[in-house]
Amino acid sequence: MEWEVVIGLETHTQLQTNTKIFSGAAIKYGAEPNTQACEVSIALPGVLPVLNKQAVHCAIKFGLAIHAEIAPRSVFARKNYFYPDLPKGYQISQFELPVVGKGAVTIQVPAVGKNAAYEKVINITRAHLEEDAGKSVHGAVEGMSGIDLNRAGTPLLEIVTEPDMRSAAEAVAYAKQLHELVQWIGICDGNMQEGSFRCDVNVSVRPKGTEKLGTRREIKNLNSFKFMQQAIEYETRWQIETLEDGGTIHQATVLFNPDTGETRAMRSKEEANDYRYFPDPDLLPLVITEADKALVQAEMPELPAAMKARFEAQYGLSAYDASALTTSRELADYFVAAVDAGADAKQAANWAMGSVSAKLNSEDKPISASPVSALQLAQLLKRISDNTISNNAAKQVFEAMWNAEGDAERDVDAIIAAKGLKQESDSGAIEAIIDEVLAANAAMVEEFKAGKEKAFNALVGQAMKASKGKANPAQVNDILKKKLTV
Amino acid sequence: MINNSLKQLGDMLQAKKISSVELTQTFMARISQYNPSINAYISLDEAKTLAQAKAADVQIAAGNITPLTGIPIAQKDIFCAKGWRTTCGSKMLENFIAPYDAHIISQFDAVGAVNLGKTNMDEFAMGSSNETSYFGGVKNPWSFDRVPGGSSGGSAAAVAARLCAAATGTDTGGSIRQPASLCGLTGLKPTYGVVSRFGMIAFASSLDQAGPMAKSAEDCALMMNVMAGFDERDSTSLNRAKEDYTKDLNKPYLNKPLAGLKVGLPKEFFAEGLDASVASVIETAIAEYKKLGAEMVEISLPNTGLSIPVYYVLAPAEASSNLSRYDGVRYGHRAAEYTDLMDMYNKSRAEGFGAEVKRRILIGTYVLSAGYYDAYYLKAQQIRRLIAQDFTEAFKKCDVIMGPAAPSTAFKAGEKVDDPVAMYLQDIYTISTNLAGLPGMSVPAGFAQGDDGKALPVGLQIIGNYFDEARMLNVAHQYQQVTDWHVQTPDLSLLEGKA
Repeated sequence: MEWEVVIGLETHTQLQTNTKIFSGAAIKYGAEPNTQACEVSIALPGVLPVLNKQAVHCAIKFGLAIHAEIAPRSVFARKNYFYPDLPKGYQISQFELPVVGKGAVTIQVPAVGKNAAYEKVINITRAHLEEDAGKSVHGAVEGMSGIDLNRAGTPLLEIVTEPDMRSAAEAVAYAKQLHELVQWIGICDGNMQEGSFRCDVNVSVRPKGTEKLGTRREIKNLNSFKFMQQAIEYETRWQIETLEDGGTIHQATVLFNPDTGETRAMRSKEEANDYRYFPDPDLLPLVITEADKALVQAEMPELPAAMKARFEAQYGLSAYDASALTTSRELADYFVAAVDAGADAKQAANWAMGSVSAKLNSEDKPISASPVSALQLAQLLKRISDNTISNNAAKQVFEAMWNAEGDAERDVDAIIAAKGLKQESDSGAIEAIIDEVLAANAAMVEEFKAGKEKAFNALVGQAMKASKGKANPAQVNDILKKKLTV
Repeated sequence: MINNSLKQLGDMLQAKKISSVELTQTFMARISQYNPSINAYISLDEAKTLAQAKAADVQIAAGNITPLTGIPIAQKDIFCAKGWRTTCGSKMLENFIAPYDAHIISQFDAVGAVNLGKTNMDEFAMGSSNETSYFGGVKNPWSFDRVPGGSSGGSAAAVAARLCAAATGTDTGGSIRQPASLCGLTGLKPTYGVVSRFGMIAFASSLDQAGPMAKSAEDCALMMNVMAGFDERDSTSLNRAKEDYTKDLNKPYLNKPLAGLKVGLPKEFFAEGLDASVASVIETAIAEYKKLGAEMVEISLPNTGLSIPVYYVLAPAEASSNLSRYDGVRYGHRAAEYTDLMDMYNKSRAEGFGAEVKRRILIGTYVLSAGYYDAYYLKAQQIRRLIAQDFTEAFKKCDVIMGPAAPSTAFKAGEKVDDPVAMYLQDIYTISTNLAGLPGMSVPAGFAQGDDGKALPVGLQIIGNYFDEARMLNVAHQYQQVTDWHVQTPDLSLLEGKA
């Protein structure tokens, strides 16, 4: 039987506000334990929550960015459960009426093997505001558990998708796209190591062609795309094997162990929670007017889709290139900066997505940490355009620039000179080289004249070799063609 | 001096006929004498209290006096006051020293009022007799073997026994008005949202409201001027212009003090369940109001009977969640020995909470549970709206509503402790105003004889429309100009005090 995996994501994004969602406590990451825990964070008797307007602002921004319905009236609810890192004994969240309703995110699924790249629309069910819990710290004091409430009350936007994804690749593409989007609009710093962007993935399988959803298991708290891919692949295999062996899937929360690459169900006891949601009587319903939305809209940056369309129109880029460049605001900015500095747009696009991205990926660096700046890349690309160097030579120059110690050593012209990569474009000199090549390879010339086209390429290769790669290949072609057809 | 009104005391302080320290020491001496048997206060701190009195005297000497500067008042132990033990009547918070001030505490501090101490109360404000307090019951100063009412029983007894000049209370279902009625005081529960709940330990957030308990309507108005006002730290606090609650006390009418005032008498408040002795006092008070020019209108609040069942779904639901924070993890009672986390929760809460609190946590947890939420919580919210509509309809026919504040006079300690429903019925006339968010007050209207021959106070309830506190205070004040029920004092001579 052929199986189909069905995946939905719930993503907790930590919002970039100055203070907590319901109090004035600071939310700087990495502070000494409990130094960012005010009366409200500790849940002292008598304290009350006051909604942080910045958090609402972020939620509206996200809603507008995914073209979602933004609720004119949404309600905060209490999710009741006992846990030492949950100081009030309830989490303030949104349940029946979330601030952001249905919307959509368009993802680019990259080519894998013989499967070509494609676009897909992932529907967003809802996004709601809630507060984060604190952290239990084990082992700081021997034999005891500590509680750090610095994180308690940190604002989160939980973004929930429809079960629209059909492969680990799609799920990862969605998570990456969302990760870029929340940073693009400036509502989340995207730092996955610090937990600013955490994904829970719901996975189920069903016989391909059937409609009914299988029983899902939820993989909790994935904080890297690599682990997400591995976890989904493992979980999918496990579910299929379980069913094929005649077993059944039970709804469960599972954790991914990066060391073993396996998922494992948490104790079922933790599943038995009845959260007793009810509207929080300490908070009024959240009312968002058209004017509130207009205010946020006014400061919205150009969104990826609009920028993509603009790149196609303004720079003549292909749809694929334009969309690849706009997967990240930093990449798009890098590209624009290179073009503004005089680089050819198509070349800048190719290089930004090609050599630059490849290098960054291999060194696991963000584009902001690229050793070669957009301006420096533009200098390099201008030397290709003005025929100073060939594309191949440019790659060598780029490599040298990447590995240089400082900007002084990244001077494009100095590197070209030092490495002797300047392209030979003097037609007299090229003619002389070709004459030598023709004289030395009379047999090949005969073959060409006898109709063997391949012999022409071999002669070009010989000429390039004789010029030590410096001859302008287009000129070599032209001159050789003239000489052979005379 | 102990029987003087706040206005008179303020005038004496301003005229320097007495200092705040002297006034405070007078009350402190009475507290030392009578509190050991009345048990109106849970916590006293003479050093803190006297320091405030001294500071008030400095402020007065500098000519910077406001109506409550230097006046010693008592604070219900539900309000966090920095450096003060704040127990909420519970073992759970027996050793909790509040590290911050509730909004109203800062308001009183700002005008230089003196905090005499923290008054006894039913545990977490759950009770109508003060008998659920972990710190013991409170004697009704009018009859020592009777309860003062609750939950603000300590504040009520403290004012009645003149162990303070005035006190604060809180009212979730009648906790200001019923003890005011049982102790012969004037007590006001304002419109929901008029007084900030910041720093007031939550029982049922959508119903809780703080207010004054004092000797007269005029005193309540002066207290309200300090307590009321917008506070951005409470999202349900209403952002209204600051109001002077004394402004309408002597509002002139054409010929008679209350000519043209339309008083609604809800027939449901005079039906079965009301003690005949209480009914007769209320009828006399109504006759007095007619003499003052008021016009009586019969009205109906048809859903009154549903108010208690609705309240005992909604209040416990909110309480079960509000009290979850008392888990023994960060502060409050923690069991001495436990095997694991769950055991620590179970033992700490089992030991820290009393029976009534546990009962309400259980009810609240039940009505919010999956499968019961719609039938209980949602249904109760729907009926709550119907109850509020009843009042909206009623106020089309009248300016204020009058009736009894409680169905009986003070009952004997121990009489109802084993019968929760009988205890809950104490609030039958007060709960509906909390559900509607309306202001209500209790005004001394006379005495009824108990079965032991004791004269026991009876309170007349006045319910106003939203934000009509100033008018209600006027209606009460005019009555107090022609009656002397509110100036009667109990005889404490038979109390076993440290004479």
